[in-house]
Amino acid sequence: MNKCKPDRSAAAAGGDIMSAARARVGDTIFTRLTLFFSILMVAILVALLIALGIDAWPAIQKFGLSFITSVEWDPVNEVFGALPAIYGTLLSSAIGLIIAVPISLGSAIFLSELAPEWMRRPCSFLIEMLAAIPSVIIGLWGLYVMVPFIRNPIEIWLGSNLGFLPLFSGPPFGVGFLSAGIILAIMVIPIITAVSREVIVAVPLTQREAMLALGATRWEMITRAVLPYCRSGLVGGVILGLGRALGETMAVTMVIGNAYALSPSLFSPGATIASKVASEFNEASGDLYIGSLIELALVLFAITLLVNIIARLLVWRTVSVRGTGE
Amino acid sequence: MKERSGYFRRKQFSRLMLVLCGIATAFVILVLILILGYTLVNGISYLSLDFITQPSKPVGEVGGGMRDDIYGTFILVGLASLIALPVGMMTGIFLAEFAGPKAASAIRFAADILAGVPSIIVGVFAYAILVRPMHTYSALSAGVALAIIMIPVVARTAEESLRLVPNSQREAALALGISRWRITLGVIVPGAVTGIVTGIMLAVARIAGETAPLIFTALGSAFGVQGLTQPIGALPLQIYRYALSPYKDWQQQAWAAAFLLVILVLGINVVVRLVSSRRKK
Repeated sequence: MNKCKPDRSAAAAGGDIMSAARARVGDTIFTRLTLFFSILMVAILVALLIALGIDAWPAIQKFGLSFITSVEWDPVNEVFGALPAIYGTLLSSAIGLIIAVPISLGSAIFLSELAPEWMRRPCSFLIEMLAAIPSVIIGLWGLYVMVPFIRNPIEIWLGSNLGFLPLFSGPPFGVGFLSAGIILAIMVIPIITAVSREVIVAVPLTQREAMLALGATRWEMITRAVLPYCRSGLVGGVILGLGRALGETMAVTMVIGNAYALSPSLFSPGATIASKVASEFNEASGDLYIGSLIELALVLFAITLLVNIIARLLVWRTVSVRGTGE
Repeated sequence: MKERSGYFRRKQFSRLMLVLCGIATAFVILVLILILGYTLVNGISYLSLDFITQPSKPVGEVGGGMRDDIYGTFILVGLASLIALPVGMMTGIFLAEFAGPKAASAIRFAADILAGVPSIIVGVFAYAILVRPMHTYSALSAGVALAIIMIPVVARTAEESLRLVPNSQREAALALGISRWRITLGVIVPGAVTGIVTGIMLAVARIAGETAPLIFTALGSAFGVQGLTQPIGALPLQIYRYALSPYKDWQQQAWAAAFLLVILVLGINVVVRLVSSRRKK
């Protein structure tokens, strides 16, 4: 104790400066550390692109652009083409959105404009829960409960009444593009509903009152004053849902039937990029086969990247136009 | 008179469309009830003590359970959290406290893009950087894959919660001469802890149910949990395998596993939301 005394008195004079300096060092280290981890996250994104590119290289080199336009997938002769998978991805997502958008908009309108106050929170909560269910469980339900139902009344009815359209031709398998699309609709409805509800609620009350004062009915008020006002946000929500649908894997893999065909019929079993990768990756052998599957993943990555960036730019642009215009 | 009937028709049309909106909402909730109902009813009828306490059995032998896969899921979620929490938290702190506007928007953009990457692609990535060089499927690679999914979610929710802490608290602490890093860890992070924990728990619930990135990283294991550099089983992975198997017994086990997973994932969601909404009031 005694030995410490002189040190202490000496330190007392410079103490403030010392601790201030130490604090500055601490601050520098801490700030750098947070910066380091932020850069690490960005680096993961870049590494993702590079690593997929390297592993896909054998396939990229061998097939070039024909990878995207070829319909063949023949592991024995090592010829691989992505077109049916790309087609399946776009088709199932399109079916999903066609079903999901009106339902989501309808429930968003209901939850924000019509529902009595006590219903709003529990209903939104339930719809959020739908988003939280793991996709493998939705797939399990889809495979054992929904697919038989789709096959028996729905596809058979569509086939016998609208079978002259190529869309509804062919034998009803149950598993196929239609089931995949419906499953995707179920999975993106909560996303689109949540975003739409939020942007509809944000529309100022004066918009509604002005429209009603002009003698509009409630529906006219919604479609002509409310929805146009928040159009950019609605589009953003739909595109967010699209991004999710394009990359959705498990539920789709379980109900799409995993056939590799370019068929116009919605009843036909098919594949998406994600389902192809998920169902074949473990069995794949050889650099070219694995490389082709990884190139498929790369194509999916490019598509979702594009969709996400478009969504962001769209929202930014509309927001900034509105900001300067008014 | 004519105008009046036109108004009447418009009013009828309006009413019709509003009713359709209500039906749309009811339909969505009905789908939720159907999915949960089937899972819970089927699951509970196949659930047994054996299912939780026994390891899986090979094809043909009746019985067996998913003890190791349940255990595996907890290990994978723990491993992913161990990796993702520091990275996500520090990124969130950087975004909320230190970053300039340009750096912040660039990093935020990267986080949003990373969050939008389909989970199967993250699995392929983990395969490329860990499984291939190590020549074995492993718990580690699966943990890394799940962590990559978790990082942007944690970073963004941490940032948003930290921004809600009023500036006066930062200024008050700064005026006392405390250094910034101690203010951040001692004042600001504790002030935002509810929001951060909410975000983390929701991220945990999400990765607990992730399947796609596990298929070619964790692979699944018939020999239980053998360490981080060996293949490992997981509940969602086993649901996928058993659901697509032709064996009735396995399909039933898939429903039982789905029951457990739904309870786990929705349980976390419900509790977290109840707690955070009560705090808000």
